[in-house]
Amino acid sequence: MDNIAGTKSSLSWAVNISVVLLVVLWLIPTVGLLVSSFRDRDQISATGWWLSPFPVSENYQVKAPADDATADGGVNTITGNVFGEGSGKVSRFGGKRAAPTEFKAGETAQLTRDRTLTVQSDGSYIYTSPEEITRDPSIYFAAASPPDFSLDNYRTIMASDNMDRAFINTLTVTIPATIIPILIAAFAAYALAWMDFKGRGFLIALVVGLLVVPLQLALVPLLTLHNKVGIGQSFLGIWMAHTGFGLPLAIYLLRNYMVGLPRDIIESAKVDGATDFQVFTKIVLPLSFPALASFAIFQFLWTWNDLLVAKVFLPSNSESWVMTVKIADDLLGSKGGDWGILAAAAFISIAVPLIVFFTMQRYLVRGLLAGSVK
Amino acid sequence: MSPLIQGMLTILIGVGGCVGYFYASNLILDKVIFPTQAKNPGKNINRANMVRPWLFLFPALAALGLYLVYPVVGSFYRSLFNRSGDEFIGFGNYTTMFGDDGFQTALLNNFLWVLVVPASATFLGLLVAQLTDRLSWGNIAKSLIFMPMAISFVGASLIWKFVYANNPDIGLINAIRDVFGAAPLDPLQLPFWNNFFLMFILVWIQTGFAMVILSAALRGIPEETIEAAIIDGANPFQIFFKIKVPQIMGTIVVVWTTITILVLKVFDIVYTMTGGNFGTEILPSYMMAYMFRDDGRATAVAFVIMIIVLPVMIWNIRQARQEMK
Repeated sequence: MDNIAGTKSSLSWAVNISVVLLVVLWLIPTVGLLVSSFRDRDQISATGWWLSPFPVSENYQVKAPADDATADGGVNTITGNVFGEGSGKVSRFGGKRAAPTEFKAGETAQLTRDRTLTVQSDGSYIYTSPEEITRDPSIYFAAASPPDFSLDNYRTIMASDNMDRAFINTLTVTIPATIIPILIAAFAAYALAWMDFKGRGFLIALVVGLLVVPLQLALVPLLTLHNKVGIGQSFLGIWMAHTGFGLPLAIYLLRNYMVGLPRDIIESAKVDGATDFQVFTKIVLPLSFPALASFAIFQFLWTWNDLLVAKVFLPSNSESWVMTVKIADDLLGSKGGDWGILAAAAFISIAVPLIVFFTMQRYLVRGLLAGSVK
Repeated sequence: MSPLIQGMLTILIGVGGCVGYFYASNLILDKVIFPTQAKNPGKNINRANMVRPWLFLFPALAALGLYLVYPVVGSFYRSLFNRSGDEFIGFGNYTTMFGDDGFQTALLNNFLWVLVVPASATFLGLLVAQLTDRLSWGNIAKSLIFMPMAISFVGASLIWKFVYANNPDIGLINAIRDVFGAAPLDPLQLPFWNNFFLMFILVWIQTGFAMVILSAALRGIPEETIEAAIIDGANPFQIFFKIKVPQIMGTIVVVWTTITILVLKVFDIVYTMTGGNFGTEILPSYMMAYMFRDDGRATAVAFVIMIIVLPVMIWNIRQARQEMK
C-alpha cells in the first residue's frame, strides 16, 4: 500500500508533527507530577516543574548576631557572611520582611534610623547602626540553590502518613476481588457458550443488559443488606461487591472468546467420553487463557483504581482506607498545599497499574476489542 | 488478623470453595442422582445434561441476581421512602429533588458531560487512530496516549490539579497566562467553563480507549475500497471522511455509547477536584453527597441515572440478540 500514488502524500510531515504534539500534550501532566514528586518542597513553590533542571532562586532570612557587634567611633558594626560556613551566590537582599529583595548584591541599603546594610554577592555583609545593637537584626536575601531532587517526599509519605497501610489495604481489596470473579465467570461463560439449554438466549441478553447498570443503584440496598446480614462495612463485603459488579463483563468477555473456540476439539473430546467438567477444565480453560488474562487486567485496574465502592463498602476509619480514599479524603484536605507530598502519594498509587499496563498491554487491548467490536 | 492474611485466606477459601463446588456438584450429579452405571444410562445422561448448565451457572447467577438485579428493584423501592426509611412517601423524594436547585444544576451539567465527553473522546481517538495508522512509531505513540487508561480517576484528578493550580509556579495554565502578562486565575472556579476543565480530564483518560478500538476497526476496513478511491482520485481527506468513517460507523457508535455510560458513573473527578462546588455538581457526585445522609434521596438520584442509561441498555440487548441470530 505504501507505494501507491496518493498514500505517500505531502501530509506525512504534518502527520508526524501533529502526532508528536498530541503525545506531548498527553504526557505533560503526568511528567509534571512525576518530576514534582522528586522535588524539594520549597523549590516546588519557587519555580514550576518545567524549570526544575535549573537552579532555583529562593529567599532566605538570617540573623546577624548582635553579640558580634563592634563599636568604633559611635558606629556599631556587625560583619559576617550570610552563608555562615557554607557558600553560595547572593543575587539580591533587603533589610525588611516586606521587601526582602529590594537591593542588588553589592549595593548599600539605607535602612530606618540611619542604619545601613551591605551584602556582597559572595555573602559577606556589613551592618552598621549609630545606636547600640541589642536585638539580632534580620537580613533577607535571595540566593540561587542548585536543583534538589530526592526521594524525601516518598519517605515522608510512607513513614509518617500511613500510606504504606493504604497500599496494603488496596492490595488486600484487589487480589481476591480479581481472582474470585474469574472462576465463577468462567464456568458460567462455558455454560452460556457450549451448553444447550432453555433460556440461554435470555441469560445472555440479561448479562449484556447488566453490563451497563449504574453502580450507584447497588450502593444503598447492598450496604443495608450487608449491615443486616452482619457483614457490615468490611473487606469481605467489598470483595463480594467487586465480584458481583465485575461478573457481567467477565461473563461477557469470556463467553465471546469461548464461542470462538473450534467446535471440533470440543466435540471430539466429548465423543471420546469426556464429561463437560473435563472438557471445561482440560480444554476450554487453558485455551481461554488470553481472555482470562484480559479480564484479570481489567478487573485489577478497576478495583485498584476504584474510589466509589471503597468509600461505601469499607469502614470509614483510617485503618481501612485504600489509597484512592486516602488521597481524595485525607491528603487533599490536610496536605492541600504540600504539592510534593501529594505528587508522591499519587505516584505511589498509580505506579502498580502503570507497570501492569505497560507489561500486559497486549492482553488489555485484546480484551477491549473482544468486549466492544462485535 | 492482618487484612492481607485475611485476604489470602479468602482467596484460598473462595477459590477452593468454587473449585470444590463445581467438582463436587458434578460428581454428585453423575454418580448419585443420575448414575450412568444404572439401569437406563442413556436417559440418565440426558437428564444430567439438562441439570448441569444450571450447576455451572448457579454461583454467577446468584451473584448477579443479588448484586445487580436486586439493587434495581431495591433502590427503586427504597427511593419511595423518607430519609429514615420508615415512612412511605411515594414519589416525594423525586418531587423535592426536581425542585432542588442543586439537582437541576447536576442534571444540566450531566447533560453537558454526556454531550461533550463522548464526542470529544471519540473524535480525538479517531483522529489519533488515523494519524498513527501508517506511522513507523505509531505503536509507541498509541501506547503513550493509551496510558491514562491505567491511572485512577483520583490519580488523574491530582495530575490535573497540578496543571490547573492557581499558582503560576505550579500550574501550567497560569504559567502560560503569566507569560502573556495575564493575572492568575483558578480555572476550577470559573463559572460554567470549569465544567469543561473537569470534562477534559475524562476526555484525557478515555481518548486512549476510543483510539485502541477505532484503530482496530480502521485496520479492518477492506483495502480494496481504499485502493478504488485512490484510483478514482480521492484526496486523503475524502478517503477518510467518505470511505473510512462510514465503514466503521458501527464501531464509532459502540465507542460513543460505552463512554456515555461511563460518564454517568464517574463521580471521582468532580469529587476530588471541586467537591461539587462552584456549580460543577453532576448526578453521581450529587448522589454521593446524599449517601449516608439521606438514603431515600440517594436512591432516587441513582434511579434517575438508571433511567437515563435505560435506552442504551435496551439498544445493547437488541444488538446482542441480533448477533446471536
